[in-house]
Amino acid sequence: MSKKNNKTDVPTTGHSWDGIEEFDNPMPRWWLWTFYACIVWAIGYTIAFPAWPLLRQATPGVLGYATRAEVQKDIETVELANATINETLSTVALADISADADLRAYATNKGAAVFRTWCAQCHGSGAAGVQANGYPNLLDNDWLWGGSIEDIHTSISHGIRNTQDQDTRFSEMPAFADILEPNDINAVVNYVMSLSGDAKDATQIDYGATVFLDNCSACHAEDGSGDRNQGAPNLTDAIWLYGSGYDNILAQVTQARNGVMPNWNTRLDEAEIRAVATYVHSLGGGEASK
Amino acid sequence: MANYYKLIVMGLMTLLAMIAANYGRDAAYQAQALVVMLFAATAFIVTLRNTDEPVLVAVREQTYFDDVVRYGVIATALWGIVGFLMGTFIAFQLAFPALNFAWADGLANFGRLRPLHTSAVIFAFGGNALIATSFYVVQRTSAARLWGGNLAIWVFWGYQLVILTAAIGYLFGATQSKEYAEPEWFTDWLLTIVWLAYLAVFLGTIMRRKEKHIYVANWFYLSFIVTVAMLHVFNNISIPVSLLGSKSVQVFAGVQDAMTQWWYGHNAVGFFLTAGFLGMMYYFIPKQAERPVYSYKLSIIHFWALIFIYIWAGPHHLHYTALPDWAATLGMAFSVVLWMPSWGGMINGLMTLSGAWDKLRTDPILRMLVISVGFYGMSTFEGPMMSIRAVNSLSHYTDWTIGHVHSGALGWNGMITFGALYFLVPRLWNRERLYSLNAVSWHFWLATIGIVLYAAAMWVTGIMEGLMWREVDANGFLVNSFADTVAAKFPMYVVRGLGGVLYLAGAVIMCWNLWMTVKRSPALQSATLVQPAE
Ligand code: HEC
Ligand code: HEC
Ligand code: HEM
Ligand code: HEM
Repeated sequence: MSKKNNKTDVPTTGHSWDGIEEFDNPMPRWWLWTFYACIVWAIGYTIAFPAWPLLRQATPGVLGYATRAEVQKDIETVELANATINETLSTVALADISADADLRAYATNKGAAVFRTWCAQCHGSGAAGVQANGYPNLLDNDWLWGGSIEDIHTSISHGIRNTQDQDTRFSEMPAFADILEPNDINAVVNYVMSLSGDAKDATQIDYGATVFLDNCSACHAEDGSGDRNQGAPNLTDAIWLYGSGYDNILAQVTQARNGVMPNWNTRLDEAEIRAVATYVHSLGGGEASK
Repeated sequence: MANYYKLIVMGLMTLLAMIAANYGRDAAYQAQALVVMLFAATAFIVTLRNTDEPVLVAVREQTYFDDVVRYGVIATALWGIVGFLMGTFIAFQLAFPALNFAWADGLANFGRLRPLHTSAVIFAFGGNALIATSFYVVQRTSAARLWGGNLAIWVFWGYQLVILTAAIGYLFGATQSKEYAEPEWFTDWLLTIVWLAYLAVFLGTIMRRKEKHIYVANWFYLSFIVTVAMLHVFNNISIPVSLLGSKSVQVFAGVQDAMTQWWYGHNAVGFFLTAGFLGMMYYFIPKQAERPVYSYKLSIIHFWALIFIYIWAGPHHLHYTALPDWAATLGMAFSVVLWMPSWGGMINGLMTLSGAWDKLRTDPILRMLVISVGFYGMSTFEGPMMSIRAVNSLSHYTDWTIGHVHSGALGWNGMITFGALYFLVPRLWNRERLYSLNAVSWHFWLATIGIVLYAAAMWVTGIMEGLMWREVDANGFLVNSFADTVAAKFPMYVVRGLGGVLYLAGAVIMCWNLWMTVKRSPALQSATLVQPAE
């Protein structure tokens, strides 16, 4: 076996493959002992924690640890700590939440957390919405369905145009491609543009106004200022749900998209809905209760 | 005679592929069938032209079968560039989402390119490196020509076919949604055949070896080939919806499916990216350092410990999921025990240099091999640490995992492959030496800095986002939204992308250097005959 190598005194194993030899060094002690230590630790660990599968179930471990129980415990601790204030939050009159400074601070904090988890995907993490894509900005005071805490609460709780909730807010702008002639549509689009700025073709405005009065004013009001009962946007401001300019407006008038928001009353509890309503209300556009 | 069977099989395959391409139900399937048809038809023609030509078997058996190794070396280098390019591009897509061009949607968006990257680097770059080096090493250390006549060439081309059909599938969105096992049944079946042929060539060569003992590198290669065959088959058990379409339905469902997938996934790391590459390490480091392997005992013990323990560690990918606690505990315990067996390889690699440390100063190839072992040691320390439940609750789903992956993949798998290529090319093309050692030094530094940028950026973002996700205020409410964490990572994403650019640049320099070696370096006057070393 032992063939001495000229550089050290350790013998090689005597084999050689393509010129490669192997020393017969022992395994490094520290390596071996660390390996043993890991094995001992592992055995201890599997005794302490649920580990070895047996016929009916696995060994539960002497510490009685379970990840699901740990999470449950965490959740319960927080819920217990907040129980009283949550109770208050879900029972006081909506308008009174902001009256109490502590309650307001708590609700805004909690609402912000709810918003980050459930709403930011559509409305953006800063609540500024996705312009021109139908996800409204919640920071401004231009409301589709109303900006009082009660209105906001209803919008969130029941959602908008969804099929899950009987009480969801509902309205439907018809697609005018099948109703009006192209020149009528062209005219009314120019008229709508003129309400908040310049029309593309000013000669059409007058005729457009009559088309509007006949077809649109039932929802958008005669002066175009909208109707919150039907979620019909104000067309006289420069704030657009589906984008400004001739092409975007034309698209909405001909095809009429109608935005959908889920109802949250089945996913969030009342305290959470009220909290996030308070948060949205506090963002800048909140209106006083009627 | 054998050629006639081959002709029949290839002819049939061409015909079947033609039919499949015609009647296929989806674009991915049709495109794949076309590629299969092209390969089979080419094989048919080449075989036909060689049929009834005289072959000097006696003379041939005197030499090593190095053609296939040369092919493999070229494929490794080229696929490497493709994979790194993809990686760098998707890194920038994450930093600048505008790079998901609308006109390329459904073809070149992040979701399509990511599996292309992972498969290109692991299976195309890494796989070709493993196949090529294993063919080289097993011949030299067994002093025998590859078994099976031309079978090795078929393995090589079959494997390229698998890569191409897989890649086409990704681009067209045909995937079974299992990470690292994305290809659909069609490609899986092809790979199974190719892999069994690979096993046959490798085992056949070992069986006809002229050395008494089997060298340690070959244990590792063999364990890699055998285990990957087993993993591949079990994780891909599925029933095709139609023989004329790419979709298939998995046999396992729910948490069983997840466990099978990560049993596979973890051992893809353990046997593909670790055991196979340790085989490389055990040949190229002693050769390049011209020193005996440090400890034979250590190599036996860590080999058996490694392959036994790796198999059980998969559940650490599924902490805090639907997986029952007991399975997670076992996975974690085995992962921690895996630490020392992994380091056994590192120690044997590094200590092989004892008495030859000075060579590091003059030999950039050896430096490359050694730093790869260093990165191997680092990621196999990091891995067991991340598998501890409490650590994983922070690291899981974050970029920390991505950093861990790439310090292993770029540092260990990449660097050792580069070292092996630098070693092989002059020998395979009979050149006196590499064209430029200076260029190797450049490659070394570019790659090293690239890795450091990549890993450091990912540790920062990983730990940062992990902490941001779990940050709660005094009332227990979340402080950050997910989008906040994405925004916060932006600068580090750019740094990671730059790391990728450096790494890619190094690899381009390598390709140039290898090309010039073949073209310009002075030739060596000697033939390599099959002979036992002593
Ligand atoms: C799936 C996307 C989506 C999610 C998630 C979502 N919303 Fe909405 N939300 C909408 C859309 C779309 C509208 C506009 C509906 C319309 O056109 O009338 C809307 C409208 C609203 C409105 C009415 C705005 C107004 O001007 O009257 C409020 C308030 C609101 N969302 C709050 C929330 C809150 C709070 C959450 C989280 C609990 C939330 N939204 C989650 C899509 C979403
Ligand atoms: C039945 C009620 C109804 C009628 C009639 C109606 N609309 Fe609307 N309109 C709506 C509602 C509701 C919305 C908001 C859709 C949403 O929230 O997704 C809307 C949205 C719009 C918008 C998009 C506003 C923005 O901010 O982007 C325009 C423009 C518009 N309507 C123009 C018209 C014109 C022009 C007509 C007549 C030709 C008309 N509408 C008739 C209900 C109506
Ligand atoms: C130029 C070098 C490279 C760059 C820039 C790069 C970049 C990337 C990026 C951006 C991702 C996606 C990360 C995410 O989804 O957040 C990724 C994933 C991955 N890459 Fe690379 N990569 C490179 C080289 C490699 C190499 C050489 C290998 C393997 C040998 C590799 C293996 C992987 C793997 C396995 C994943 C998936 C990780 C996971 O899902 O956890 N990469 N790479
Ligand atoms: C002792 C050795 C190792 C252990 C115990 C280990 C452990 C781990 C752990 C705990 C994770 C994170 C799982 C998660 O949270 O999702 C992980 C991910 C990963 N590791 Fe390792 N690791 C080891 C070595 C390596 C090496 C050497 C490589 C590569 C060369 C590697 C490649 C990967 C890859 C690709 C992933 C990502 C898997 C995914 O897509 O999610 N690991 N490893």
